[in-house]
Amino acid sequence: MKVVEVLGPGCANCRRVEANAREALAIAGVEAEIHHVTDYREIAARGVLSTPGLVIDGRVVSAGRIPSAADIAGWLAE
Amino acid sequence: MMALPVRRAHVPFRAVAPVVVVAWLGAWFANLPLANWAAYELLGLERGSHFGDAVAFFFLDVPKVLLLLLGIMTAVSFLRSYFPPERMRAALAGRGTLPATVGAAAFGIVTPFCSCSAVPLFIGFVEAGIPLGVTFAFLISSPMVNEVALVLLWGLFGPGIAILYMAAGLAVAIVGGLVLGRLPLEKWIEPWVLAVRAGGGATSLDLRLSVEQRMRDAWTSTQDLVRRVLLYVIIGIGIGAFIHGFVPTELVAQMGGRENPFAVPIVVAIAIPLYSNAAGTIPIVEALLGKGMPLGTTLAFMMAIVAISLPEFVILRRVMQLRLIAVFASIVVAGILTVGFLFNALGI
Repeated sequence: MKVVEVLGPGCANCRRVEANAREALAIAGVEAEIHHVTDYREIAARGVLSTPGLVIDGRVVSAGRIPSAADIAGWLAE
Repeated sequence: MMALPVRRAHVPFRAVAPVVVVAWLGAWFANLPLANWAAYELLGLERGSHFGDAVAFFFLDVPKVLLLLLGIMTAVSFLRSYFPPERMRAALAGRGTLPATVGAAAFGIVTPFCSCSAVPLFIGFVEAGIPLGVTFAFLISSPMVNEVALVLLWGLFGPGIAILYMAAGLAVAIVGGLVLGRLPLEKWIEPWVLAVRAGGGATSLDLRLSVEQRMRDAWTSTQDLVRRVLLYVIIGIGIGAFIHGFVPTELVAQMGGRENPFAVPIVVAIAIPLYSNAAGTIPIVEALLGKGMPLGTTLAFMMAIVAISLPEFVILRRVMQLRLIAVFASIVVAGILTVGFLFNALGI
């Protein structure tokens, strides 16, 4: 089971990333837990300087942009 | 990459780009004759009359500002995607105070940054051991030498004023950063921010984007921007058109002029609540400059609009005490006033 983390203080853009991540899970047919990391200390600890960020299994795949569901599905499949 | 069911039709950028560029150039050059034709022929307004000139200004500026925003902003956003804050941090960490401060101010021009990310950026810089003054140099330069302001200044006033504005903005950021770096301010940072320094670094950062993804991002963010500022742009151009048509030149030159020592502080005070509406205010500034407002007053007004952002101060309050924000804001205001007075005194 994969772990997907959406990094961001709960802004509109972060929710869009989370929605795209859910869609990507459906497209890729992958099971994963989605966490929303809103604590700035936790975000900083992952090396991300611009929100929204996206982490898949401990790997930061996106920061400061809203990746599409297709982008995320591609990372999930790697 | 794997094949995925994508709902929207796939647009090949290589085919679309030249068509878009040609259409943009056509619209750009047709704008002036079309605006004059619409105001003076179609509506039959009299050339040189107050109302006719105001309407022509409006018809000229609305498409012009929109073309600049849509076309140039997309290109600029695309280029900026190559300078993410993570890359900037790696470039600045471990450098001496002066090169790092100058570098941070320069990154402020190219690094895409939204004030909503001010907190993670601030923490990330502290964590990497980057001095506070360097971080502040970036926080001053990033909104001030802002791409919307630069693109519109270049498009409406030409390269001279845009470059002058950029140089003045960089100077304020560098001097401000150096001064703030000299002050003992660390004690006014929230203690938990300094504690983050210990942890972190375990995750791998692996950000790869294709040219096409960057292009799509740029187009999406430009559309968002235009949607957000459109109303302000139209209101701003409306006010600009009124000034252009009806406000007498002597009045502007007299009130904003070099002989009036209060002109610069007053425009800075007016600018503070106009936060971030660079797109809406530049057309007003355009009309004022055309009416003889001196350059120093104009630059100070522009800088204060974009650089002094109350929402950003509210966000920064999470990582620093109010006293530190006050010192930061005072130094920015002092820098802007200096620029205003200096350019007015030089009489450029």
